[in-house]
Amino acid sequence: MSLKLTALLKSPWVFHLSTGSCNNCDIEIIDCLTPRFDIERFGMLLAGSIKHADVLLVTGSANRKCIPRIKRVYEQMPKPCFVVAIGECALSRGMFIHSYNCPVPIDHILPVDAYIPGCPPKPEAIIAGAVKLIEKVKNGTAKKAKNEK
Amino acid sequence: MIYIGYLIVFGCCLTAVLGLFTSWVDRKVTARVQYRVGPPVLQPVFDVIKLLGKETLIPDGASKLTFLAAPVVGLSSVILVSTILWMNVIHPQQTFLGDLIVVLYLLTVPSMSIIMGGFASGNPLASIGSSREMKLILSYELPFVLAILVPVIHSHYSIRLGDILNMQSGSGVIIGNFSGSIAFIVALLCVQAKLGLVPFDMPEAETEIIGGPFVEYSGAGLAIFRLMKNMLLFVMPFFLMILFMGGIRFDGIHIFNALLKYLGTVALITVIRNTNPRVRIDQALRFFWGPMTVLAIIAIILAYRGW
Repeated sequence: MSLKLTALLKSPWVFHLSTGSCNNCDIEIIDCLTPRFDIERFGMLLAGSIKHADVLLVTGSANRKCIPRIKRVYEQMPKPCFVVAIGECALSRGMFIHSYNCPVPIDHILPVDAYIPGCPPKPEAIIAGAVKLIEKVKNGTAKKAKNEK
Repeated sequence: MIYIGYLIVFGCCLTAVLGLFTSWVDRKVTARVQYRVGPPVLQPVFDVIKLLGKETLIPDGASKLTFLAAPVVGLSSVILVSTILWMNVIHPQQTFLGDLIVVLYLLTVPSMSIIMGGFASGNPLASIGSSREMKLILSYELPFVLAILVPVIHSHYSIRLGDILNMQSGSGVIIGNFSGSIAFIVALLCVQAKLGLVPFDMPEAETEIIGGPFVEYSGAGLAIFRLMKNMLLFVMPFFLMILFMGGIRFDGIHIFNALLKYLGTVALITVIRNTNPRVRIDQALRFFWGPMTVLAIIAIILAYRGW
């Protein structure tokens, strides 16, 4: 693994993007930064601007209005970067699966590397998902890491 | 030739290492104040390495040359300042007349580079951040310069940093005087604004204008800006130590003493940053041109009377 990816795994800055979620997943993401869980131990910070981010956390059911914007946000993210889908809506559209407004799940739009199920997932589950993402990058099976080589 | 050696060894490398370490101290103390664990020691290093390895994006409407040159301008001026300060500490006799004024001018260049980069990026949020940075410079420079006049008066009107250091090693540190301690408080709050830390962080206000001038920066540009900010976090307390606390001496117990002074100043800055909310730009202007300027003038009058 290159120095670039090693350093990236030591300080992954996350940016969270809500694509029409009920905000519960977003609250749980913010929960990870609180003293009880404190993901700054692992170097993770919440980036305000997408240009500073390394990991895109997508929540919500990706409705029709959001899809072009999700793509634009992803294109603005400096590479190498990773995408994590958080919550049942992002994974499989959850209760909106029959809705006219939610055509596809997130992984048909973006190259998702880690899936964190739950409605909403607990902060422990989000941290476990982050660990799985790091393992995946170390094994070289993550989508973006593969493209890099 | 020896000056180039000082520039590379002390100005560039040692200041970068100490700056990254200071930024870790800052983050760790912040974490402990908030009852968290905080990041590991090498975290700032990994941040910079990671950012250097990322893609650099240049926005469409940006002025390309200014956008890319701004971080380099800021970093080089910080390196120059730290070289002058280290030279003064190591050889107080060999420095040139008026280096205090040179340091004061060079210390405004990092803020100028942030303004340049913000306006060059062509982002509306970055423009707001840059204009706030400009107003902030206008507000804190006046009390800062007035506060720095106090050590100058105490060292018999000398504008050489070496003379100020020699005077302090002869007849006690300036912060021990009544006027010196008032001037130190004023200068510390101005440093807080110069570093862009919390009570006066409205130029970059993460929660409000998502990083201000840095919003469009990514990859190497952001890495250099972060390195510049981290080095400034070392250089500003170091400058205060030289002016008010007798600088650093390398013999025997004095090294321990210097470390204590330095960490004390940094911890003070961090605690101020963690116990205050962000003020508005007009409140900051009123604060610096009102109470701070008055305090600084009182300190100058007291120093003139020999207190």
